[in-house]
Amino acid sequence: MNNKSLISITDFSTKEILRVLEIAEGFEKNPEPHLLDGKVVATLFFEPSTRTRLSFESAVNRMGGRIIGFSDPNISSVSKGETLKDTIRIVSNYCDLIVMRHPLEGSSRYASEVATVPVVNAGDGANQHPTQTLLDMYSIKKTQGRLDNINIFMVGDLKYGRTVHSLLQAMSPFNPTFHFVSHPKLRLPDEYKAFLDSKGVKYYEHEQFSDLIPEADIIYMTRVQRERFSDLVEYEKTKDVYVLRNSMLDNAKPTMKILHPLPRINEINQDVDPNPKAYYFEQARNGVFARQAVISYVLGLKH
Amino acid sequence: MFTKMEKKELKVSAIKNGTVIDHIPAKDLFKVVKILGLDRIDTPVTIGNNLDSEKFGKKAIIKVSDKFFEDKEINKIALIAPTANLNIIRDYEVKEKRPVELPQSVKGICKCINPKCITNSEPMATKFDVIPGKTVSLKCFYCGKVTDHDHIEII
Repeated sequence: MNNKSLISITDFSTKEILRVLEIAEGFEKNPEPHLLDGKVVATLFFEPSTRTRLSFESAVNRMGGRIIGFSDPNISSVSKGETLKDTIRIVSNYCDLIVMRHPLEGSSRYASEVATVPVVNAGDGANQHPTQTLLDMYSIKKTQGRLDNINIFMVGDLKYGRTVHSLLQAMSPFNPTFHFVSHPKLRLPDEYKAFLDSKGVKYYEHEQFSDLIPEADIIYMTRVQRERFSDLVEYEKTKDVYVLRNSMLDNAKPTMKILHPLPRINEINQDVDPNPKAYYFEQARNGVFARQAVISYVLGLKH
Repeated sequence: MFTKMEKKELKVSAIKNGTVIDHIPAKDLFKVVKILGLDRIDTPVTIGNNLDSEKFGKKAIIKVSDKFFEDKEINKIALIAPTANLNIIRDYEVKEKRPVELPQSVKGICKCINPKCITNSEPMATKFDVIPGKTVSLKCFYCGKVTDHDHIEII
């Protein structure tokens, strides 16, 4: 067993989340290019995810660390049939920290049990992707100046969208108000509504964008995947209902920001991009600071 | 002259020392056998199935001679048969009688329902948190998915 891993956002207490966001702020203001001198970080990508990998590797590089790893399991020992346990045990000998992405759910938790170094989950199937949640929270805090009392619209695939589920859990201690906008088939699952009820969090469900957009502090867009619909005609009919267009933002608060975990397809129209409310590209930049913070925190270099 | 009760008990012969597990729903008998590893032990085991029961219609009973289970071991069957009763027999007398207790977590006896769960592709033990309720369900420690009672598959 290792000291400290980050597998699910619920592994961190609210206090720890706030501390990590503070550390991330520190990295944005004041880069520490020698913090990871002499350290080796392994990035093990058992399925490709170029964006996430580059973000982690950029974070390590900016702190002066070295990187080993693979981005394609077909050229690694995995393709020879080695178990995950063996791969993790071996790689533990070569590095100070493992960042891993894997198509199977629960793989990172298992890796953290067998590794002798900390493990950071960079996505395990449809299950967890905690650094995404931290960069989302960092973006909310940075643009709104606070985490408390935020009015958040979540739009798109609320049923399968793991970023949505993790973010609402992590934000729940900060008295948010949620508006969930989705096709009836992609509604937020009951277990998450029960969770919000148990925390006394206010939420409303809509089947289309409501005239409440002027109340929003954050609009969190997600991609609706075609494969979620068995009836493709229905998909074609409904996909345009959940598209955000620049014309819908006329009465929005000046401080309102639009977030998206990316990649987007058409759910945010290109005409939104020049609007200062479009924040998704900067959001991706914040991912580097958030990941620097997570890496230095789990390595015990920041407390 | 037998009372009704005695007649029923005698359908499966009495044991001198050991453990009697009663009030197992008939359909779950073989799962219980598997969980307790009764197919692999060498002390005498007598099993009665499809016996009349006022509670469930049909019940099963298992008598294991010369074997006393640890609580941890026996409580696993509460996952499948929460209504089961445990009787400890010494010299033909019931020395202790109690219901089985639901454990808080279980390791290595059930399969996770999620085909994309790591436990279904690595040679590793499964782990679940037990969610109590009218029917027990299991939450996978690794992938977080819930396996409901009807889908609990004993490994």
